[in-house]
Amino acid sequence: MNTSTSTFVRTEMLPQQTPPITEAGAVKWVRENLFSSVLNGILTVLGVAVVVYITLQIAPWLSRSVWVASSLSECRQIIADRYGEGATGACWAVIRERWPQYLFGFYPSHLYWRPVLTFALLCVAVAPVLFDKLPRQMLWFSLVYPAVGFWLLWGGSVWVPVMALAGFAIGYAAAKIVQPLAGTIVATIAAVLAPVLWWLFLAGPAADAMQSILPIALQGVRSREFGGFVLAFTIGFTGIAFSLPLGVMLALGRQSDMFIVNKLSVGFIEFIRGVPLITLLFTASLLLNYFLPPGTDFDIILRVIIMVVLFAAAYIAEVVRGGLAALPRGQYEAADALGLDYWKAQRLIIMPQALKISIPGIVSTFIGLFKDTTLVVFVGLLDPLKGITDAVRASTDWKGIYWEPYIFVGAIFFLFCFAMSRYSMYLEGKLKTDHR
Amino acid sequence: MKQSVFLGTLAAATLFAGVAMAQGTSTLDTVKARGELNCGVNTGLVGFAAPDASGNWQGFDVAVCKAVAAAIFGDASKVVYIPTTSSDRFEQLTSGKIDFLVRNTTWTFSRDTDLKMDFVGVNYYDGQGFMVRKDLGVSSAKELNGATICIQTGTTTELNLADYFKANNMAYTAVPIETNAEGEQQYLAGACDAYTTDASGLAATRAAFADPDNHIILPEIISKEPLGPAVRHGDSAWGDVIRWTMNALVAAEEFGITSANIDELATSSQNPEVQRLLGSSDNLGAMIGLDVEWAKNAIKASGNYGEIFAATIGESTPIGLARGLNAQWTQGGLLYTPPFR
Repeated sequence: MNTSTSTFVRTEMLPQQTPPITEAGAVKWVRENLFSSVLNGILTVLGVAVVVYITLQIAPWLSRSVWVASSLSECRQIIADRYGEGATGACWAVIRERWPQYLFGFYPSHLYWRPVLTFALLCVAVAPVLFDKLPRQMLWFSLVYPAVGFWLLWGGSVWVPVMALAGFAIGYAAAKIVQPLAGTIVATIAAVLAPVLWWLFLAGPAADAMQSILPIALQGVRSREFGGFVLAFTIGFTGIAFSLPLGVMLALGRQSDMFIVNKLSVGFIEFIRGVPLITLLFTASLLLNYFLPPGTDFDIILRVIIMVVLFAAAYIAEVVRGGLAALPRGQYEAADALGLDYWKAQRLIIMPQALKISIPGIVSTFIGLFKDTTLVVFVGLLDPLKGITDAVRASTDWKGIYWEPYIFVGAIFFLFCFAMSRYSMYLEGKLKTDHR
Repeated sequence: MKQSVFLGTLAAATLFAGVAMAQGTSTLDTVKARGELNCGVNTGLVGFAAPDASGNWQGFDVAVCKAVAAAIFGDASKVVYIPTTSSDRFEQLTSGKIDFLVRNTTWTFSRDTDLKMDFVGVNYYDGQGFMVRKDLGVSSAKELNGATICIQTGTTTELNLADYFKANNMAYTAVPIETNAEGEQQYLAGACDAYTTDASGLAATRAAFADPDNHIILPEIISKEPLGPAVRHGDSAWGDVIRWTMNALVAAEEFGITSANIDELATSSQNPEVQRLLGSSDNLGAMIGLDVEWAKNAIKASGNYGEIFAATIGESTPIGLARGLNAQWTQGGLLYTPPFR
């Protein structure tokens, strides 16, 4: 061939050149993401400056942390000895010394194992609800868990929670017995009425009777002794567990065609949403005392939990209503066409879709509820953020400490709220059925 | 059916409440039957009421709770401390959640009459003062014209401050704060020139600063703040128990009865008033529904008034308050108890 003559014809590929420096690697990324225009360039510089400034302000303070000391003045002494006069540093020794108080409040110290066990069991009870790969039989424990947790935390006779649980069994039995005799509506009423009557009039004497026959009891702990994160978790998780079902019922009630159910739901939701949580807490803590007979011991934590549940339920109801409204009309009609009754349609077709749409809203409400538990400080309960911190600051040893307790409590709250938020994202991803 | 049950329960509850009110059971009987004293204290105030690391309440106000419990039950530990906030303290008392309130509460006309409290005495005479940085170059509150001042909202101190500046024809800018801890931060950060609150609080705050020497408390005390325990209006018998328990602590100091020598004096003292007080002659306790050794037990709980003061807020503690107005009348103070006769 004429390979020797036609020198102008290239016969082999040129070696690949590296792309221009502005179109590859870190430089490209920086150009695209940080300096894509003049305005973005200025914002980037400003942003970096702010981050650097804040870090420079806080880092020295954090780096001079003291973990072992018995008072703030000792902390300051240690910092002065190590870093010279006038140096400032964080004094985490306060957290180290008051750690049990932040966790348990004034819970008797020899009973600390009970809240710890309650929390461990909480994880076991919640796991099958959160992750569907776990065996479904575990859900039975989740259902019983509220009674177990109550008994472990407050102590007293084991028969009180057992009899409270028995109410649900009675409701179920009543529904099963009445259903064939008088139809669905009467059965539903019986299922509600029988347990209420049981709880109001029979559960107490029955628990006392069982206690005298077979006394099993833990040492009682009073609500006033609760505090710190035990209190925040107790209120927070109970509120979350009970407000979701109540909120779903309210949302269905608001969509209902039945006049009274509809108006009651609307009235309840609008009233609760129109009133600040603090007002409800004050009502629960103070106003109620004037109406109850003197000497009635209506537990303060129970009152607060009821108010928190009602408050969160109203918000959940509106979130779920949003999910219901987003469902195409065809889904309802399809359920009707299949001949499903109302509850079956809700359970099998409507709710799974509506709740899936509502996940972000529901989780936001939960996170808000969990953080709102710190408001109980206004009714004299010792929440970790302010109640316990004020008590700690009031000791002569730790007076004058300011940021450390806030940072510590804030970090713990962040941990749990962030976990909830990540879980909701995981759940959304898992349940995603559209193929975008 | 369901509704009638509910209404029936409500009616029964109302009826029961009415009956209980009408009988007017005295607080003392209620407390004795309960076996515990519900004492309303501060959620946390340095020196006056604060829980320690193991959750035991301590402080100047707490000592009153202990003394009353000791007088009633002979056991100073039979107290349930119920922390109250400045916004719910009176409600807690009127609604019966607490038996009495000892929460560094200022005795004022309207609280005594309009709010239906009965203040049974004064356990600490306080007054409002000012703290400033030394480098501000101010040595008297009269020089504070035009200053910015950190002030807790919703307290008597806020009103006193306005009165004082108006009376002296001066102007000021208020920086409202919610709590004492927040006030300290604002003041240290330079958000205000002066910080004002009760003088005892200023002393405690200053003692906790990293550089207490750079701050001074101005000499002017601009208000009277008699702090004392309060009970519900209309239960005089219960008020007497608290009032005379406090008087017993004051009298004990006057007569030189301390927790160290009380057992000895109870048997050997020749002073007839000491004998009456400690129950070795007469039976004063029976007149207020307590046992004969009530005052002896109260004093034993945490010592006499002077001992309590020295242990919680006195000059040997970090707070370092001088007795001042809170000295015995024989020492130029205001403590003066009626005779035990």
